[in-house]
Amino acid sequence: MRYAMAVDTKKCVGCSDCVVACQTENNVPLGYARDWITETVAGTYPNVEIEIRSERCNHCENAPCVRCCPTGASHIVEGGIVLVDHDKCIGCGACIEACPYDARYPHPDGYVDKCTFCIHRVEKGEDPACVAVCPTHCLHFGDLDDPNSDVSKAIADRKWKVLAPEAGTKPQIYYLI
Amino acid sequence: MRNTTRRDFLKISGAGAGSLLLAGPAIKAFSQIAGDDTIHPGEKLHRTPTYCEVCFWKCAGWVYTDKKGRIKKIIGNKDDPHCNGRLCPRGTGGVGMYYDNDRLQTPLIREGKPGNQYFRQASWEEALDLVAKNLDKVRREHGPECVALFSHGTGGKIISHLLKAFGSPNIAAPSFAQCRGPREVAFTATFGEDVMSPERTDIRDTRCLVLIGSHIGENMHNGQIQEMSEAIDKGATIITVDPRYSTAASHSKYWLPIKPATDLALLLAWMHVIINEELYDKKYVEKYTYGFRELKDHVKDKTPEWAYAITTIKPDIIRKTAREMAHAAPAVIVHPGRHVTWYGDDTQRSRAIAILNALLGSWGRRGGFYVPEKAHLPKFPGPAYPKPKRSWKDAFPGKYKLVNEVLSTGICDATIPNPEMGCNLKAWIVYGTNLMASLPDQEKTLKAIDNLEFLAVIDTMPMDIVSYADVVLPECTYLERYDVIRTSPHREPYIALRMPASEPLYDSKPNWWMAKELAKRLGLEAYFPWNNIEELLDWQLKHVGSSLDEMKHLGVKKLKREYDDLYFLNGEDYEFNTNTGKIELYSTELANEGFDPMPDYTPHPEPPPGYYRLNYGRAPMHTFSRTTNNPNLWELKKENNVWVNPKVARIWGLENGQYVWLKNQDGVVSSFPIKVRITERIRWDSVYMVHGFGHKERQLSRSYGRGASDSELITRIAEDPIMGGTGMRGNFVTFLTEKPGKEVAS
Ligand code: SF4
Ligand code: SF4
Ligand code: SF4
Repeated sequence: MRYAMAVDTKKCVGCSDCVVACQTENNVPLGYARDWITETVAGTYPNVEIEIRSERCNHCENAPCVRCCPTGASHIVEGGIVLVDHDKCIGCGACIEACPYDARYPHPDGYVDKCTFCIHRVEKGEDPACVAVCPTHCLHFGDLDDPNSDVSKAIADRKWKVLAPEAGTKPQIYYLI
Repeated sequence: MRNTTRRDFLKISGAGAGSLLLAGPAIKAFSQIAGDDTIHPGEKLHRTPTYCEVCFWKCAGWVYTDKKGRIKKIIGNKDDPHCNGRLCPRGTGGVGMYYDNDRLQTPLIREGKPGNQYFRQASWEEALDLVAKNLDKVRREHGPECVALFSHGTGGKIISHLLKAFGSPNIAAPSFAQCRGPREVAFTATFGEDVMSPERTDIRDTRCLVLIGSHIGENMHNGQIQEMSEAIDKGATIITVDPRYSTAASHSKYWLPIKPATDLALLLAWMHVIINEELYDKKYVEKYTYGFRELKDHVKDKTPEWAYAITTIKPDIIRKTAREMAHAAPAVIVHPGRHVTWYGDDTQRSRAIAILNALLGSWGRRGGFYVPEKAHLPKFPGPAYPKPKRSWKDAFPGKYKLVNEVLSTGICDATIPNPEMGCNLKAWIVYGTNLMASLPDQEKTLKAIDNLEFLAVIDTMPMDIVSYADVVLPECTYLERYDVIRTSPHREPYIALRMPASEPLYDSKPNWWMAKELAKRLGLEAYFPWNNIEELLDWQLKHVGSSLDEMKHLGVKKLKREYDDLYFLNGEDYEFNTNTGKIELYSTELANEGFDPMPDYTPHPEPPPGYYRLNYGRAPMHTFSRTTNNPNLWELKKENNVWVNPKVARIWGLENGQYVWLKNQDGVVSSFPIKVRITERIRWDSVYMVHGFGHKERQLSRSYGRGASDSELITRIAEDPIMGGTGMRGNFVTFLTEKPGKEVAS
């Protein structure tokens, strides 16, 4: 089993619904976020292009945040989801430094937090909160080992890219372009 | 901000009232609640139905509360066609409206002499008595028609009922003259029916969607954005006409970067191509329309080459896009837009859009415009409304004959004494709309307020308008109250229930309770014969085969269509509600009133040297000025910025992220500075900013002074002679890089 997400940049409108839904689902304190939006603009008027992306932890297969964690709080569970055990975490921030995607934040309660792929929902067979709320249906989630999952189907017939492949982290968020 | 002579602009927690708000019961800071880590994801939550009130789309959803009754999240109702289980960011962030610690907490009464006024905390009893006393005084001395209501949103319905029972026809919503009025008048003149809300656009099944300045995706009209996304998946062609590279433009096959204020020329050229190349729906046009020959003649010389010189859109692109539309027809939508009060000829531009749709045969067709239906709930038995003897229109003899809603700017005019009117309006109730941001020409609004004997404001938040009130009545948010049943039209008629998920925080109350209490004090009890709103709702619901209990479990319910057909039947005869019974390409109604029966292009003023057209729009996470203080949504966008083309930035030596003040053609300077965003997404002759920022009310602790207010800079209005709309896109601004000496509220 290999959980992954695909983000359709041709449909995302950058509305940030995924960000708010994550905050209310996961009690992310105001001022912090587990997911966020980026926009890049290229070209000159009127030959302009923009790419809007909803970003979050890439649940890297080769995760530097896990490797560098001194307490073992950062770990990988079944399906490749990278998690932080809040009780074990001492908030040293090594993982924040190690993550090439800036996906982690220091929770005011003293531990480091980040996207969990909403594992508490996924265990019940639901989509992560961001995927479930997105009004443009541009987020696709599922098991890459299952060719019929939403995410497998989404990346099967579209061009895609991952962010910073050169970092060698084998990220599992696919951006449809 | 200029102070009015009678009413000081009151800071709600300002001098004389410093400790007022601390007295409210159980004030919990948002952070204490949201950051409470005793709540874990996955905890069992309880749900109650609601429909969202963060915008007019009114998506149905479920409010989830934890064991302690605290509101945790709001999730869309899967059975609701407005949202299909997915709320937009504002709806999802609606929790912030409830937790906003800047909320109005108790009734307030203005005290003191001009120049030395302050708000005093009051009991409901006292505040309602005072409102009733003042309304009654106006009624006795001048007649009930001298009271006006500005209303926005669902809660306004019951307050409107109160006002009609009181005997006044002067009930205005800025959504008409400042927003969608021109399209309603234009579509009614053409098809005999308006576009409605939610719009009857069949985007789901369209093969070509044409957006003219309509930035779906930045305006999160939920169902539309969802259907547009679905249409993109199904391979529909999107054509976006916008001087700005909007999000919609970036998702479009064609982006036409039109010169601002020239859309009508493009529309005429499209008609020219469609008629000249015989691409129009001949059967449809022949069977259903009136005035084709006149139209053909009218656009004879409106060639793409003619339009090119005006719009800067190349003739081959005009031809190509016209052919794409015709190719997709009748599954094509030339979208009527929503906020369309731009240049003063907006009804005519909307007419051009309507005519284009008629030529393509898309009205009443799959993938074009469907035939909507709405549920009809019976009126609770009660006396008939008294017949008003006067109305706001008396201030405008001979004008606005085609206007079937009340102009909010007309109410302002009718409040300022005027020789045509026997008596000007004397008292206002403002419900849920921040007139300082929703009306242009603030000076006129203030002048009108200055002439009022009494102003009551009902709101959940201390919006700028609250500062001018004589009495402030704090309403609880939509998450804490019942409201009337939602019956908005859609493909099928649906009803939706809103019920409280929590007791009202502080000393706030629901609108229906206020209306009933005021009615009691005004001798109008007979109009409110139900004991509480549950009784009213249950009675109404039982008449359409449901009940309050059932709706508490369902949230939304689909009713049966009265008429079978969502689209016109092939070859069937239809009678349209126009003078000729046909779709009027040539409008007999406009001709009768002395207006152009067919739209014509007229040039609009251009920015003087060194000035740029002020364009404004929406951000997906905010609804006008109403959400900018919402803690969750504020996090997503704390201030607006002014989009500047890099060429312009170079001329002015502007840097990305630098703060500037904007000054308009009339010398009005923004009260607060705004951040520069240098971007290739905007033309060099205009700037762009998101509407709703730059609040002057300090009590809005997050949004106060953040960003600039476009409304404040819109001092020049191009009035639409047909329906009184206030064209707002003819204002031009320049940059001040130094803090200006005067007129800056600090
Ligand atoms: S909710 Fe969907 S459309 Fe909106 S920003 Fe997130 S991914 Fe993009
Ligand atoms: S994105 Fe960052 S936090 Fe997430 S797994 Fe990769 S390295 Fe770790
Ligand atoms: S579109 Fe968004 S803000 Fe408007 S009613 Fe729906 S969820 Fe609420």
